[in-house]
Amino acid sequence: MTRLERRLLTDRFIKVVATSLAVLAIVLLAWILWTVFYRGLTALSFSVFTMPTESPGRGGGLANAIVGSLIQVLVGLVIATPVGLFAGTYLSELGRGRFADAVRFINDVLLSAPSILIGLFVYELLVKSTGAFSGFAGSIALAVLILPVVVRATEDMLRLVPGSLREAAFALGATRAQVVTSVLWRAARAGIVTGILLAVARAAGETAPLLFTSLGNLSWSFDMSKPMASLPVTIYQYAGSPFDEWVALAWAGAFLITVGVLFLNILSRVVLAPRGKAS
Amino acid sequence: MTAISPNSAPPGVTTSLHQGASQTSKQVKDKLFHYGLVGAATLVLIILGAIIVMLFKGGLPALETFGLGFFFSTEWNPVTEEYGAGVMLYGTLITSVIAMILAFPASLGIALFLTEVAPQSLRRPIGTAVQLLAAVPSIIYGMWGFFIVVPLMSGWVQPFLTTIFGPIPLIGELFSGAPAGTGILTAGLILALMIMPFITAMFVEIFVSVPPVLKEAAYGVGATTSEVFRAVTVPYGRTAIVGAVMLGLGRALGETMAVTFVIGNANRIKSTLYAPGASIASTIANEFPEAGPGSMKLHALLELGLALFIISFLVLALARFLVRPRMGD
Repeated sequence: MTRLERRLLTDRFIKVVATSLAVLAIVLLAWILWTVFYRGLTALSFSVFTMPTESPGRGGGLANAIVGSLIQVLVGLVIATPVGLFAGTYLSELGRGRFADAVRFINDVLLSAPSILIGLFVYELLVKSTGAFSGFAGSIALAVLILPVVVRATEDMLRLVPGSLREAAFALGATRAQVVTSVLWRAARAGIVTGILLAVARAAGETAPLLFTSLGNLSWSFDMSKPMASLPVTIYQYAGSPFDEWVALAWAGAFLITVGVLFLNILSRVVLAPRGKAS
Repeated sequence: MTAISPNSAPPGVTTSLHQGASQTSKQVKDKLFHYGLVGAATLVLIILGAIIVMLFKGGLPALETFGLGFFFSTEWNPVTEEYGAGVMLYGTLITSVIAMILAFPASLGIALFLTEVAPQSLRRPIGTAVQLLAAVPSIIYGMWGFFIVVPLMSGWVQPFLTTIFGPIPLIGELFSGAPAGTGILTAGLILALMIMPFITAMFVEIFVSVPPVLKEAAYGVGATTSEVFRAVTVPYGRTAIVGAVMLGLGRALGETMAVTFVIGNANRIKSTLYAPGASIASTIANEFPEAGPGSMKLHALLELGLALFIISFLVLALARFLVRPRMGD
């Protein structure tokens, strides 16, 4: 075998390995999705959406967990979005020097901090002091998870807005507040919305931070100061239970969460798509 | 990108266009807006500071009782109120190491496929699929691992590994014992599956950012695709690659749900990877319900949390230093 032949053979071999690994990854994705869809859909029924969780043997559904998740994620989003939008704007428009570098670094740390620690933190901060697990504490924990994603997305997207737009607005006599709110935020809207959608997708699937904050609730609860059910925590509790019908409900919940998260991810791509290279 | 200095709007121009009164209210509004921006940015710092303070304060009684020996003791006994982090630190590190050993070469291969080997028309759909895999919540990986992977591990994979590695001294020890399915090895495997798409996505970005001129020059002197990859692409992105691996490691260290489902939750260290174990995150998730407010167990769990925070903070700081050396302008 000549040297060239050996090199070409090596090249062929490495390409085959790389291709098989990619195929393996796709197969795994398909396998996970198939499991979740198959077991989830077989367990899915109308009552999953209409009935609250019940004790084993009495049927029941996941309605209270679904509603609880929606409430907590929504409240967390409402709390985190303005703060994240402002902090991200600060980093992009004024962010120079040590303070801004520190904020940027700390935000990156928050972005990848283990989510279970956020749960412990909010437990110490809110649950211990008020003496009660609450849906509100769950929302705060999710807000802490959402915040860094929004900060990062806002900063990155505002940096893509051309400087000439800012200059033009300032030249017309606009104040910074006006430049930011009526020019920059509008120009970067698609990108920021994408960031927010991804943040919601992340928060909606999080279990660990809710275990110690909103705890879970077996019946209906709309009171933010009381323990509140959520889909991920219910899945966690049900999946490990010895009752077949609870395990089936856990799969139904897993299906709903997966579909929701994937839908949000695909939606975020669609939102960004018309802008082409905006990412 | 141009900076906006506070004085970039010439005051003379604006006053000539507006009346004095509205001008002042505009300035007040602008000032308030400015404070709002600074305040929001400060809040980010405060949150992280508060997390550290809360974990430290909550864990302090455990630190006072057990001293630094807490981090080495392998005792975790709620009856005698003896707590140590040794088993969990071991479990956290060993599962993350297994995950990295499995995920790193796989991610490298998939990224190579996506950037150099795959036909152009396949790159986008497969790239998207990999990113979607990264978005699947960890509890789904945990459930899938528990119901699908664990039976496969005990029925097929573990007996198979034992027959292959069993006769080899030392290494055989790692793959010995009853194939329970759950345990350290399975937890590492599920973690690997979870972080693989995450790392792959970052690798693809790194490889794409290699200047085409460098690669073309290598192709020009007759290098093959894999030679260009080894000699140009990987060395060029080396720092960022290490950074991406660290980010993946940071994620593996703190992962809770995927690990809790499959690690087996036992407070022992055994030489075999088949043995059940515990990670810091899985212990916090599992034992928290039995830790009443003010109990030593709760303090010990918070102390564990602080340890996890410090470990991931160091890893993430290093990763960021390597991935985003200078993001500023």
